[in-house]
Parts: sequence; structure tokens; C-alpha cells
Amino acid sequence: MSSNLSALFYLISGILFILALRGLSSPETSRQGNYFGIAGMLIAIFVTFLSIGNFGPGFIYVIIFLIVGGSIGAFIAFRIPMTAMPELVAGFHSLVGLAAVFVAISAFLKPEAFGLGIVGNIKLASLVEMSLGAAIGAITFSGSIIAFLKLRGIMSGSPITFKGQHLINLILGLTIIFLIYYLCNTQSANIFWSMVIISFIVGVLLIIPIGGADMPVVISMLNSYSGWAAAGIGFTLENSALIITGALVGSSGAILSYIMCKGMNRSFFNVILGGWGATDQTTDIKTKEQKPVKNGNADDAAFLMKNASSVIIVPGYGMAVAQAQHALREMVDGLKKNGVKVSYAIHPVAGRMPGHMNVLLAEANVPYDEVFELEEINNDFANCDVAYVIGANDVTNPVAKSDPQSPIYGMPVLDVEKSKSVLFVKRSLSPGYAGIDNDLFYRDNTLMLFADAKKMTEEIVKSL
Amino acid sequence: MEIDPFIFRLSIFILSIFVGYYVVWSVTPSLHTPLMSVTNAISSVIIVGAIIAALAGSSEKIFEVSNIFGFLAIILAAVNIFGGFLVTQRMLQMYKKKKK
Repeated sequence: MSSNLSALFYLISGILFILALRGLSSPETSRQGNYFGIAGMLIAIFVTFLSIGNFGPGFIYVIIFLIVGGSIGAFIAFRIPMTAMPELVAGFHSLVGLAAVFVAISAFLKPEAFGLGIVGNIKLASLVEMSLGAAIGAITFSGSIIAFLKLRGIMSGSPITFKGQHLINLILGLTIIFLIYYLCNTQSANIFWSMVIISFIVGVLLIIPIGGADMPVVISMLNSYSGWAAAGIGFTLENSALIITGALVGSSGAILSYIMCKGMNRSFFNVILGGWGATDQTTDIKTKEQKPVKNGNADDAAFLMKNASSVIIVPGYGMAVAQAQHALREMVDGLKKNGVKVSYAIHPVAGRMPGHMNVLLAEANVPYDEVFELEEINNDFANCDVAYVIGANDVTNPVAKSDPQSPIYGMPVLDVEKSKSVLFVKRSLSPGYAGIDNDLFYRDNTLMLFADAKKMTEEIVKSL
Repeated sequence: MEIDPFIFRLSIFILSIFVGYYVVWSVTPSLHTPLMSVTNAISSVIIVGAIIAALAGSSEKIFEVSNIFGFLAIILAAVNIFGGFLVTQRMLQMYKKKKK
């Protein structure tokens, strides 16, 4: 196949990828969008085979490795529980990153196969492009591995900080740029390898200071990085499908990070530099005076909700941990039978990744038109009889609106306290991720239900 | 003077960033998780580079160092392509409207 023709086909597959993302603007069109994405991928792979035109023994190995990788991927995709989605996505990011590194290494070792010159005399522009692809890919890889370990619970979710951390990151970052500059002058393989290794280290250092609840930002950021790495490789290979995709994924991840940061009212740098959680541990100790709370049980909760005319459910990460989404749906079914109007309110940063709660509710067969975003539903709390908070904490804290001293001041929160009564399922009075007490616990209209989210919900189902 | 082909690629890149910007803002927040898994899958189009790398060189020596890196990259990207699209499909299958 001529390179002009294949370039046109790569363009088509790039357009199909755009349509794949466009489909996600509503759940109805999303499945069709996914097929566009698959079609784009098939076109890109077939065109690559045809343009190489080498169907020798190597080709058979390509097919074998494709099938091996594909089977692993398919196996994971079918077996993974929905609650494990954040770590799955982090794991997938790491693979994209590592693949980018490998392709860049291969291009560096054998530039003539890619039409980039010969060993020791690679075109300067290509050298810069592949170095950037390799460096960003390496950072994506090791960063995603750390994110994966934290989300999986293998590594503690609490931030790891040490003195001079940011300075070291800065120095290492500058070193990478310096090495790329020298690489261009010397074409030395040793410099290329050092740059890749330092990039792996930077990825680790970049993610370890970031705490568990900031993971939505981290995952989105790594999503973005994996895109930029792909784009870097796309420039090296002069492949428009890769360039388009890289740009799409890069900007998609960047937008998601922005939305997540806005959901916490924090700047991107504040999150990346690992501010919260670690620094505020001192404040919660001194505010720990015993204030009275109202304590309820499942029967009270069932009684309250059964006699309500409208209930809003506020799920959070705790629901995912307790796997309470199915029990929750049963409870809602019971309430609906009693003629109660039920809706769900989702805070942008609820859970460990963007849209985490929506997927879990969808898994439990909750229709998506009963699930609302913060801006859509926040005014409804004032007219609602019961708010059922399950596994959420900081995102309901009214302090964010009233106390300028609070670290979460200014963060958009769900106006849960405006509803006539609040049922708060929680295991203890311990503060949430931000390390601050939730004012909501002590309100007159709040009834605390101290239990595991799933157990409590199941008990309520029984007493309905 | 002729325009460097790099400029064309840069134009595609920058225009795609803009396309991505507008397309992603129109994605409904409830589908942000599928958005991440599908972007994951499509960024594995890097497999194109992996295939070129794996098949580079003469057909007698299939497993030179650079080819091995290519083959490894094929496995990684293939995991991602199949895993990414299938898990996205599985998630999207679950989003249902209220039964009327």
C-alpha cells in the first residue's frame, strides 16, 4: 500500500476515534461510539500490516503476540469487578506508557526501519520526538504503577512526603531536558538510557506524595500523560492516527483533571504537590471535643424514609468499599413501592475516579435518569424529606460554605443539611480524608447510623 | 519555499487538541469512567509503532533486540486494546433508562 493511501486510512481511523468520544455525550449513543472506536483500531492495524507488506515468519509472531495480549486483556475485562475500575484504569495507563517507551527504544536502536536516519545519525527532530515520547511514557508507566498500588491497597494510600521532595523532582525534571539536549548533540545511547531511567524515577516521585482521595486527579493526569506520550511517538512515526489520538487523549485527561480539581476547589499544583491530608492532621486533634450526636438504628431509618415523600441518596467512596450498591438499589425499590420519590446526588469527586459512582449505580441497575450531578440537584435538598448519605463525608460538610479557616472552604458541597432530616451511614465519627470534622454529624436534623454501609442498608431493607 | 511536513503534523496535532477539548466537554459526567477506559483503548493505537518495530529488519533475524521491544510493546498494547474496548462495552451495557 502506498504511504499516501495509508496516511489517508490513518486519518479515517483518527476521525473514528473522535466519533468514539463524541458518542459518550449521552448513554444512548455511547455504545455506537465504542464500535466506532473499535473500527478505527481495526483500520489502523490492518493498514499497518498492508503498508509493511512483509508477511514473513515475523508476521506470524506478531499475530501470536496480538492474540496473547488480546486474550489477557479480554480475560481481565470480563472478570474485573466494577468496584476495581479505578485500579484497572491505572493499570491500563501504565501499559500505554510502557508500550510508548518500548517503541521509542526500538526506534532509537533501529531508526532505519522507521525512516528516521541511521544509528548514530538520527534526524534531530525525530530524536527529540522519540525522547519526549519515551520520557513521558516512562513517567506515565511508573506513576501509574504507584497509583495502581495505592488504589489496590497494596501500598498505603496516605501521602509519602520527605524534605526537599519538590526540589529533587525539579532537578530531575531539568536533568531530563538537559539529557535530551545532550542526546541531540552526541547521539549517545548511554544518555538515552539514563534519560529513560530518570524518567521512571520521576514518575514514582511524582505520585507518592499524593493521597488516596486525590486519586481522581492523579488518574486523569496520568490519562493525559499517556496521550502526550502517544502523540510524541506519533510525531516520530509520522503517523496521523497516533498524533490525533494522542492529542484527543491528552486533552481529555487534562479536562478531567481540571473538573476534578474544581470539584475540590484546589489548584492543580496544590494537588500535585501533595498538600492536603498530610498537612492538616494537626487541626483535627484540637477540635476533638465531645459533641452530642443523635444515634439511630435501621428501624428508625426505615420509618423515616417510608413516610417521606422524597429521598435523595448521596453515595461516596465508602459505598464502593462496602460494595453496598446492590443493597442500596433494593432499598430504593422498597421505598418506591411505598410511593417515595428517590433520586441520587453525585459529587464530582465522589469515589476514586471521575464517574466512579455512576458506574457502580449503573451496575446495580439504577436507571441513569435517576442519577444527578451536583449542580442539577443541589437546590432540591431544600424540598426533600430525607437525605441518605452512604459512604460520603467531606463532600457534604457544610463547613466548606461557612468557615473560611477550613482547608476545604470554597469546595462545592452537596447541601445535604437543608433537607428535613439527614441519615448518615458511617462506621464511626472519624473525620474524612481532609482530616476535618464534619459539622453535619452534630446537627439536630441528623441521625447517625453507625454501621457498615452494606449491613445497614440491608437491615433497612428488612425493616421496610 | 517548501513547507516542512513537520508543520503539517503539528497543525493536525494542535487542531486535534481543540477537537478533543470541545468533544470531551460535551461528554456527560456520568460517563467519565467509560471515557477514561475508551481513551485508554484508543491510545493503544501505538500498536502501529509496535508492529513496525517488531517487523523491522531482515526476515532471517526476527528476534533482534529492537524487534523484541516491538513484540513486547505489541503484547502491552493488545492487552489494552482488547481490555479497554471490552470493559468500556461492559460498562456502557449497564447504563439503562428507567422502564416506563
